[in-house]
Amino acid sequence: MEKIPILKMGNYLLVTIQVDLYDRLALTLESDLVQMVSKTNARGVLIDISAVTIVDSFMGRIIGNIANMSKIMDATTVVVGMQPAVAITLIELGLPLTGVYTALNVEKGMELLSSKIVNDTIYDDEPEDAGDGAEQG
Amino acid sequence: MKHDLSKLLQKKKKQIIDLWMQNQMADEALRDDLMSNDDLRSQSEELVSEIVTKLTEDNLANLTSDDFDGVVDILSGISISRAQQGFSSREVGNYIQSLKEALITILRQEIKDDPEYVLDTSMKLNRLIDSFSSITFETFIKGREEVILRQTDEITEISTPVIQLWDGILGLPIIGTLDSARTQVVMENLLQKIVDTGSTVAILDISGVPAVDSLVAQHLIKTVSATRLMGAECIISGIRPEIAQTVVHLGIDLSGIITKATLASALKYAFSLMQFEIKRKSVTQQQTR
Repeated sequence: MEKIPILKMGNYLLVTIQVDLYDRLALTLESDLVQMVSKTNARGVLIDISAVTIVDSFMGRIIGNIANMSKIMDATTVVVGMQPAVAITLIELGLPLTGVYTALNVEKGMELLSSKIVNDTIYDDEPEDAGDGAEQG
Repeated sequence: MKHDLSKLLQKKKKQIIDLWMQNQMADEALRDDLMSNDDLRSQSEELVSEIVTKLTEDNLANLTSDDFDGVVDILSGISISRAQQGFSSREVGNYIQSLKEALITILRQEIKDDPEYVLDTSMKLNRLIDSFSSITFETFIKGREEVILRQTDEITEISTPVIQLWDGILGLPIIGTLDSARTQVVMENLLQKIVDTGSTVAILDISGVPAVDSLVAQHLIKTVSATRLMGAECIISGIRPEIAQTVVHLGIDLSGIITKATLASALKYAFSLMQFEIKRKSVTQQQTR
């Protein structure tokens, strides 16, 4: 079965969705990602959806869910590279994804993530050590 | 058949045109400011000759006959061009109706010995010209609607420019009422421009929006949310006191949106978001240069 790769980069998880999401794939991604967050203690998740051109209400909800799930597991989530048509569709569907950080592209998303996490680490006396390098295909 | 209407009309074509022109000239509502009399005459001649060549005893009662396609084409052309020239609907209506009078007058003059036939043919002519005039009205209104549609398109085009205020800051002055169709255009333009320029802040200036009701506010919120989904910040500026009053009275919640009174303060806020700093050159610095 097709899977969306979740790449670990230091403290962050990087998810680039390169295909159009269908329902099963999105659900698999959702469970895989929360598993990965818990396994690697990732502090930030970056989801790149620049290649996603079609969304429906279900997909919009899944994207919102993933972001919110990671958030309550203490991983800041940034959704980057949303296409204008996708943004308009989500708004028209009444899914403004409030509470999800967004950025224009991966570069800006990374900047945002690091700025959020730098703010966090001030209160973080335990250095992050999740270096078993579990990468998944 | 006792009388040949077709032949009669063709023979009397000249008189019909003259009489019709005379009727039109006599009309007080003649718009010689919009159309010269020569043009009017040539237009009328074209129409009359098309009618008299196509009109026969057989198709007189048959309003939908294919024979009249040519007449309908000419009529449509006339009424569309008149709609664009700015004639009123009454003037265009009178133009066609006065032809009826001319036709029937000629008919009465020519056939004096058969009142029955004159009456019968008059009725039929009446109905035919009436149907022609309804076609004229229809195309006239269509012509007017085309003008309106074109203007609407033009207004939409010119009134939604997305301008780059600074590197990474876009401005979008909105002038006129926001309806759903326009919001769509505004949103698409803005989002596309954000992608093209890689901007992180967009300022929506609504000082040119005459009134903000709950629907307009809804559209604004939509635009702001869509911009946010793209990963850019959206600021609404140009909130006039009256607008602030109506928004609060209507109970619209704009708390999730950054609003500023003027474009200047919005720009200032955008600079602070992007961590820019504006400094006036100090006098001493200028002197040292």
